Amino acid sequence: MLLGQDHITEEGEFVINMGPQHPATHGVLHLKIGLDGETIKKIEPHLGYIHRSIEKMCEQLSYRQFIFTTSRMDYLSAHINNQACVLAVEKALQVEATPRAKAIRVLMAELTRLASHQLWWACMGLDLGAVTPFFYAFREREAINTIIEETCGTRLTQNYMVPGGVMMDIHPNFQKRVKEVLKQIKEKAHEYDELLTGNVIFQQRLKGVGYLSKEDAVSYGCSGPTARASGVSCDVRKLFPYDGYEQLKFDEILNTEGDSWARYLVRLGEMKQSISIIEQLIDNIPEGDFQAKTKNVIKLPKGDFYQRVETARGELGVYIVSDGGATPYRCKFRSPNFSNLSAIPKMAEGAKIGDLVAIMATVDLVIPDIDR
Amino acid sequence: MTNEELKYSITELLPVATYDESGEFLNIIIPSDELIPLMKELRSKKEFDFDYLFCLTCIDWKDHLMMVYHLLSKVHKHCIVVKAKITDIQNPKIESVNCIWKTAELNEDEVYDLFGIRFLNHPNLRRLFLEEDWKGFPLRKNYVDENMIKL
Repeated sequence: MLLGQDHITEEGEFVINMGPQHPATHGVLHLKIGLDGETIKKIEPHLGYIHRSIEKMCEQLSYRQFIFTTSRMDYLSAHINNQACVLAVEKALQVEATPRAKAIRVLMAELTRLASHQLWWACMGLDLGAVTPFFYAFREREAINTIIEETCGTRLTQNYMVPGGVMMDIHPNFQKRVKEVLKQIKEKAHEYDELLTGNVIFQQRLKGVGYLSKEDAVSYGCSGPTARASGVSCDVRKLFPYDGYEQLKFDEILNTEGDSWARYLVRLGEMKQSISIIEQLIDNIPEGDFQAKTKNVIKLPKGDFYQRVETARGELGVYIVSDGGATPYRCKFRSPNFSNLSAIPKMAEGAKIGDLVAIMATVDLVIPDIDR
Repeated sequence: MTNEELKYSITELLPVATYDESGEFLNIIIPSDELIPLMKELRSKKEFDFDYLFCLTCIDWKDHLMMVYHLLSKVHKHCIVVKAKITDIQNPKIESVNCIWKTAELNEDEVYDLFGIRFLNHPNLRRLFLEEDWKGFPLRKNYVDENMIKL
């Protein structure tokens, strides 16, 4: 795999391997880079270092169990992954979650998105050589994780969703704590801008680097902030609303520049939108049950079911093929990172090797989601 | 276009296609050797304009393999699912759609790795996740691994 048959090397070309153990790949991603001097000519991703064949595992798990394998895919959007699975099951069963459950799901999903973007912002600085932002962003991220822990019992792989609603009701402190955190984030927002956004060195490392055109973004199947920074309107929450997103007021952040700086700005904008969504809902959680009644053993009718949601990184699709039994016949996860990764060779073509880290940082890859 | 209109236009293009409308999307089932002409029409014709291939996968139905392509048009906002039936399960092969949607390259590598379908005219067909010398194709229904723990 490393040296054997080469599709990439030509005469006079220098090949280096980035990863699988590289601090800036945020996991075990291995890129084989063909260089001409310092300029990148080709990139070939080699995957599979954390492949667990989740899709094969799902074929043996019941429709209540398979939801929880997805927390281990994109572990920074665990809630939203779970949400995709339960929505797919609910769609097939034609069951609808209770209004209270829907509101709780959206709140949790937006808190997760906020925490995920904060981790991205922290690591973004770290990748480009600025250590301080890491501590600033983790201050708020830890506070959010503590709120989630209070209600769900875990910090990262929450496993809070069940078909028909959520597993348990929110903690009595939930609303108070969320408001405190939102206040803290808003008060500290200027620090983010002072540290990174307004930093000239930081800006120059991103502006004009890693350009992705709108046509390429669509053709490579990009989604999420990566595609929206190239001007592709693809927010699933707007286009195919689920769990009551259609009643909420928020903007889809678009940018037409298509470079790393645009991707950075789109994510910063999304954090503000998430805060606005949480503020709209936090005092308006409907009363009532947090779970609709479903059968103990869930059997889906025969057929294909596809459900997409917007995770912090883009469009996650859950495709379930059922033969009428208690386990999925085939289960496919269309992961946003997989498609976004395939666009990286295009973005990095002609860039300098030092810029590759900046490009990867703004695409915000989570490797377990690529390998599955 | 609505599902009815899509169905009408596609029947004109390809009379052998059969349809399944039980699900959320319109499903078109075609023989595998008709894939490329149909896909090229779906991409290039102005009234279809399916520019976004958002999910590419395969299903093993034991007696045949089914390639599944989920398509969306960013312009017209309509969706369609194209299913190409591969009957030769011993030596399955199908044309690559990489020339139409670039996202297909890595996705087809994945399908080759896990289902063993050979994609013709693919720029760099390789095992994406598993080792080059891995025996068998894990997502096939007849795959046996004695080390696998039964859940």
